[in-house]
Amino acid sequence: MTGTPRAEPKESNRSPTRTGMRLIVPLQGIVQGRGGLILGSLIPCTLFYFLQFYLKRHRSPPQNPPSRSTSAANLSELQRSSSRANLLARGSTGRAHVSARVSSIAKPNDSPYYIGLDRVREDPYDEMGNPDGVIQLGLSENRLSLDLIEEWLSKNCTDSILGVGGDALGINGIATYQPMDGLMEFKVAMADFMTEVMERKVSFDPSRVVVTSGATPALEILSFCLADHGNAFLVPAPYYPGFDRDIRWRAGVELIPVHCRSCDNFTLSITALEQAFNQARKRGQKVRGILISNPANPVGNMLNKDLLYDLLDFARERNIHIISDEIFAGSTYGNEEFVSMAEIADSEDADKDRVHIIYGLSKDFSIPGFRVGVIYSFNKSVLAASRKLTRFSSVSTATQHLLVSMLSDKRFIQEYLKTNKQRIRSMYDLFVAGLRELGVECTKSSGGLYCWVDLSRLISPYNEKGELDLWDKLLNRAKLNVTPGSACHCIEPGWFRFCFTTLNEKEIPLVMERMRKVVESCKPSV
Amino acid sequence: MLSRKATCKSHGEDSSYFLGWQEYEKNPHDPVRNPSGIIQLGLAENQLSFDLLESWIARNQEPTGFMKKGGSIFRELALFQDYRGMPVFKKELAEYMAAIRQDRVRFDPNNIVLTAGATSANEALMFCLAEAGEAFLVPTPYYPGFDRDLKWRTGVEIVPIQSSSVNNFRIIPSALEEAYQHAQKLHLKVKGLFITNPSNPLGTTLSIHELDHLINFAIDKNIHIVSDEIYSGTVFDSPRFISIMEAIKKKHLENTAIWSRVHIVSSLSKDFGLPGFRIGMIYFNSKTLIAAATKMSSFGLVSSQSQFLLSKILGDKKFTRNYIMENRNRLKNRRKTLVSGLQKYGIRCLDNNAGLFCWIDMRCLLTSYTFEAEMELWRRIIFEYGLNISPGSSFHCPEPGWFRICFSNMSEETLDLAVRRIKALMDSSSPNAC
Repeated sequence: MTGTPRAEPKESNRSPTRTGMRLIVPLQGIVQGRGGLILGSLIPCTLFYFLQFYLKRHRSPPQNPPSRSTSAANLSELQRSSSRANLLARGSTGRAHVSARVSSIAKPNDSPYYIGLDRVREDPYDEMGNPDGVIQLGLSENRLSLDLIEEWLSKNCTDSILGVGGDALGINGIATYQPMDGLMEFKVAMADFMTEVMERKVSFDPSRVVVTSGATPALEILSFCLADHGNAFLVPAPYYPGFDRDIRWRAGVELIPVHCRSCDNFTLSITALEQAFNQARKRGQKVRGILISNPANPVGNMLNKDLLYDLLDFARERNIHIISDEIFAGSTYGNEEFVSMAEIADSEDADKDRVHIIYGLSKDFSIPGFRVGVIYSFNKSVLAASRKLTRFSSVSTATQHLLVSMLSDKRFIQEYLKTNKQRIRSMYDLFVAGLRELGVECTKSSGGLYCWVDLSRLISPYNEKGELDLWDKLLNRAKLNVTPGSACHCIEPGWFRFCFTTLNEKEIPLVMERMRKVVESCKPSV
Repeated sequence: MLSRKATCKSHGEDSSYFLGWQEYEKNPHDPVRNPSGIIQLGLAENQLSFDLLESWIARNQEPTGFMKKGGSIFRELALFQDYRGMPVFKKELAEYMAAIRQDRVRFDPNNIVLTAGATSANEALMFCLAEAGEAFLVPTPYYPGFDRDLKWRTGVEIVPIQSSSVNNFRIIPSALEEAYQHAQKLHLKVKGLFITNPSNPLGTTLSIHELDHLINFAIDKNIHIVSDEIYSGTVFDSPRFISIMEAIKKKHLENTAIWSRVHIVSSLSKDFGLPGFRIGMIYFNSKTLIAAATKMSSFGLVSSQSQFLLSKILGDKKFTRNYIMENRNRLKNRRKTLVSGLQKYGIRCLDNNAGLFCWIDMRCLLTSYTFEAEMELWRRIIFEYGLNISPGSSFHCPEPGWFRICFSNMSEETLDLAVRRIKALMDSSSPNAC
């Protein structure tokens, strides 16, 4: 595998006591045999103190695992801060700790999901400037319909980045402190937009909308509200790699995967859910909720009405919550109809309190840079707590102002959603057809910005190592960044997520050409 | 059904600081529609220099518009979500920070981590530096929001460093040591000092001696120093502002352990008066912390729109330097108006050279030298005189009778009205030695 992110020096704080102890015990044994208890204790203790003194004087930098590209600057920082500094610092015997989570967060990315994104950043494909660069198929971003938004902006004379149409007095309204959970008019606009996205089968209520700086913090805030540190959520696997970060890092909530299988087209089964719940209970792990993504990421299938009702029943019987991440709800392209958890909650008054939806403008509306996410909940207490927590993840008022009129333009939004879906559909058809010509199949999906590709015949051995070998080949030889199933906690090896909405049509043949070389070079496994 | 964190009171919004705001929301003063309503003197926001920003924006429609000669930049901004932030913006921010510190310190843009506001920065710092149950020492009086921002989701504790009006609430070494010992008694591991410089609510800047004490203490105890310098651009009078970074450099400690344990928080909300844009930052010397905090900033990224616009504004160096100067003058004059008004009616203000507020001594109005009497006085001031000023107890002030009063979030007329109401309050009170 490659990986050239610069290594961060680990600030570990190993005490000399541990190293010392490894010498005492055998020493004591040796001495006790001849010199009795006193000598047997005295000598090792003296030796131990000398050892400690020696180590303190000559402490070497912490042993880092061999890192790929340690720059000279980092090395010298290590030596300075660990050896001389401790002699200079009065009274200090070791470095001040940072929190335990820092070392695991700060270390270079080791998940293929993030490594791949880093590689694209370092060597991005560009038709003119870098035709041999890495083609991005690992980021679920939609670049197909931004022109529609640009057109709206130019037609509505809002060239100003502030979207206030040159009304200079606007600054007072956007610069000052505003409610952290979003301006009222923006919540109304988001509720309207979500209603359109769900094709008016649900009517979203602005008073249940809490705005956050993206869906990432929306999920974190919900995790803090619904679970205590150490509790768990059940999550159908394979799942979006970012969940591990969003839910674990700071909220400290565990994720228990509920494995879905190719024989079921990776559809969630209630039986599997039940098994996972019971096993968790046996382990003493408290499950507080189920986290689903619908349309699912990375598989791209949608949960049907019956399954959603079953999930609500399941949640009610065990008194747990349901978080439904519906961020791709407007990016559907199949023949099935999308059903939001909100629709189910609307019809089941008694259990509304356990339903919470995550949404945002990063996928359906292609504006991840502006940082707009939504928590939509039927639970008043969750809304109250979430509102207070938005101060840590708040949306820019200027961004809200820029987007309000756009999102409230119903005709534009309806046109946009319709055209966007058509474009995603075309790309999907072309992409899947291209893969099929190479003998590669995908699961039948109906939503999202990606397809779930079966390369299991090409990996050898048929396990995670074989899968990662293929991923490495794809990334470093074919220069295609795709996400391997293991990064998504998929229990069956050989599946990969390919995002296709960052491409334009002309680039598909290029992608397929690069794929062909890899496919032909792989011996199909027996 | 909800988590412990969601149902506890650690959000701190039952504090009198926030209750005053709630009363204001119910009956807000408006010169035309509600002239007898409550005047908001509890919000530390700078509204004095919007006209400068507005005219800049009006003059710079082209560079800040989406359409460029080569096409639209909308697409680029819409898709930009790199948690390392826009390089051009961080470069301008680093230069701006240096300019506020009279270029006595240089900042490396690569050491800046962007967050959605200083609130997000402070919380993220706690997540990086401490485990739940560990503590930071914070000089009193301090901003009430810290009880929520530093403690709520992080589980970190605050141990106050006591102060006294006798020496104008300055930080003294014995108080630092006392606080540390107090933490030990409570079995709390102290991870660092959390200072606000310039201070909120005092509005004073730390002297080089205080900074020295703090640095020596942090070296001795092997702990971190977080310096929230969010008001650094509001220093309108001497003595000049000395950043913790400058103090460390002065002692030639750049190559020692303490260097990587010093962290600065800042934002464009106070000096630039742009809280709505949610632009905050942490400045680290430690590469490990930069790496961790950068990834953690995913939970509160700055909108690309904000980064782009501010990189243009800050990039106009002439405008920025003029803005800093003009803004300072306006703050200085506004403070003068308030202080001379208050002094006329017998209220003493702490002599402050920075901030958007004054720390005023209302002890003479207390019926007894207790915090209950302070609350009683506060309620009278809100309900009978329509002024939301913030009581010292909400800032954990060790002595009753002190209040914080903001002066830059309203028009001159409204401030005059506020002063007249204070006169009415003084007139109606029994004449103690004020």
